[in-house]
Amino acid sequence: MSDPALPSIIVDDVTKHFLKRRTHSLKEAFVTWAKRKPVRADRFIALDGVSFSVPEGEAVAVLGLNGSGKSTTLKLISGVLEPDEGHVYTRGRVAGLIEVGAGFHPDLSGRENVYLNAAILGMNRQQIEERFDDIVEFSEIGDHIDQEVKHYSSGMFMRLAFSVAIHVDLDILLVDEVLSVGDAPFRAKCEKKIAELTAEGVTMLVVSHSLGMVQKLCTRGIVLHQGKKVFDGPISEAVARIK
Amino acid sequence: MSVTDVDLSAFDTPGKGRGLLDVFRRRYLLRLLVRKGTATRYRNSVLGWTWSYVKPGVQFFVYFFIIGIVLNAHRDVQYFPVYLFSGLILVNFFNEAFGNATTAIVENRALVRKIYLPRELFPVSAIIVALIHFLPQAAILLVIVVILGWVPTLTSVAIAFAGLALMATFALGLGMMFGAVNVRFRDAQNFVEIIRMVAIWSTPTIYTWGLMRDVLPEWAFNIYFSNPLAIGVEMYHEAFWAPIIDGTAAWPPHALWNIVAASTLALVTVVVGQLMFRHFERTFAQDL
Repeated sequence: MSDPALPSIIVDDVTKHFLKRRTHSLKEAFVTWAKRKPVRADRFIALDGVSFSVPEGEAVAVLGLNGSGKSTTLKLISGVLEPDEGHVYTRGRVAGLIEVGAGFHPDLSGRENVYLNAAILGMNRQQIEERFDDIVEFSEIGDHIDQEVKHYSSGMFMRLAFSVAIHVDLDILLVDEVLSVGDAPFRAKCEKKIAELTAEGVTMLVVSHSLGMVQKLCTRGIVLHQGKKVFDGPISEAVARIK
Repeated sequence: MSVTDVDLSAFDTPGKGRGLLDVFRRRYLLRLLVRKGTATRYRNSVLGWTWSYVKPGVQFFVYFFIIGIVLNAHRDVQYFPVYLFSGLILVNFFNEAFGNATTAIVENRALVRKIYLPRELFPVSAIIVALIHFLPQAAILLVIVVILGWVPTLTSVAIAFAGLALMATFALGLGMMFGAVNVRFRDAQNFVEIIRMVAIWSTPTIYTWGLMRDVLPEWAFNIYFSNPLAIGVEMYHEAFWAPIIDGTAAWPPHALWNIVAASTLALVTVVVGQLMFRHFERTFAQDL
């Protein structure tokens, strides 16, 4: 991250379609094809020519109603999805608090899951070993760390998953509705940690329905409506538009 | 804003990996995924890993009784149990590796949908888990042949490793092909079941290749032995069974060419598998 003049994220005229599939087997696909109906089904436009860029160190909220394309935007930036048209570029290490705990295996112990998930999120062995104690401490899991994760309460599970994700080295943080994690004190701790990261110059993109929270964390808001960008500006105005 | 104003050299395009090469760069993650695969395989079962011996054990005794004793292969083939077992473990390795690799993406759907990581990691770790599974069976084979007077030679050990590498390569290539298609069309899984069912009969495991040569025209016989599975099993016979019998067991007439053809075929499946995987990978997250 040498040149602060360069943006951290560029989303350039991105369009993403989803297919409402009609066919789920080769036989169905063949029958549909034989009847001269389109095999690849109806298109549903999730994002329609969206462009924006995020300068290094800025915290941006992506707002919109359900189905407006918020999560799709995040998935395109994380690389899980690829745009059908347009381009997405990122600079630096991207890490997502997107559905934390996706890589957790219920039959493995908390400890094993920390190692596995930290590695999934891109940490190497040495980094994990260095940060392991911090991760456990932040999660407040304590001695339960050697228990199988399936015996955890949902709060404990989310705390540990969040704690792993937040300890990954990153330049760009994607946050998708995970701050409803745990009880109020833990939530406050998470928000504090995220504020610290922003202060360190981490670029952040947040998707949330909690308008109060995004106003606290972000300075800029992008409003999506049916896959199109309808507003891009100060967070207070963006929130006002949603209301 | 237009991208042309920005120097893109410092940027990455999310989700664009380097395929199988990325697997080697994420070795530590691969190791943890393999450990997860072996650690969780028999969770909640009392006998645990014993099942890994019970299943091939039962299969072995069924073939041994029917083919060896009822159909009398025992009389024509010296040390028929060794002949059978050395091929059987190799075919079982292929079947397991291929089957696991095919379902690897679908089974890890939670991850594939949420987090980007080189997805080739899943089929590769499935193959390695199968390999770990294969090792104790190979150990049993070794103990038996050593008791029967097998002495390792450079040639026999090299042949055994080459045969195993051939199987792993072929299983990886096919596994990536069918695994990628399986995400969109679960038919692939069923098709793979059929291939796995036929696999053992396409090899000289429970019969000798002489019987196959008697019924096939020469060109068909050469195709038969260009199948990596068939020549792989024959390589295992040459490595473990041939050294302990009286007299020598002949290689098939064009064995060297068969090995070259089979290796080429296995490598081609890896290349085609990787290309197909890359093609289908674009929509993995939305098709799962």
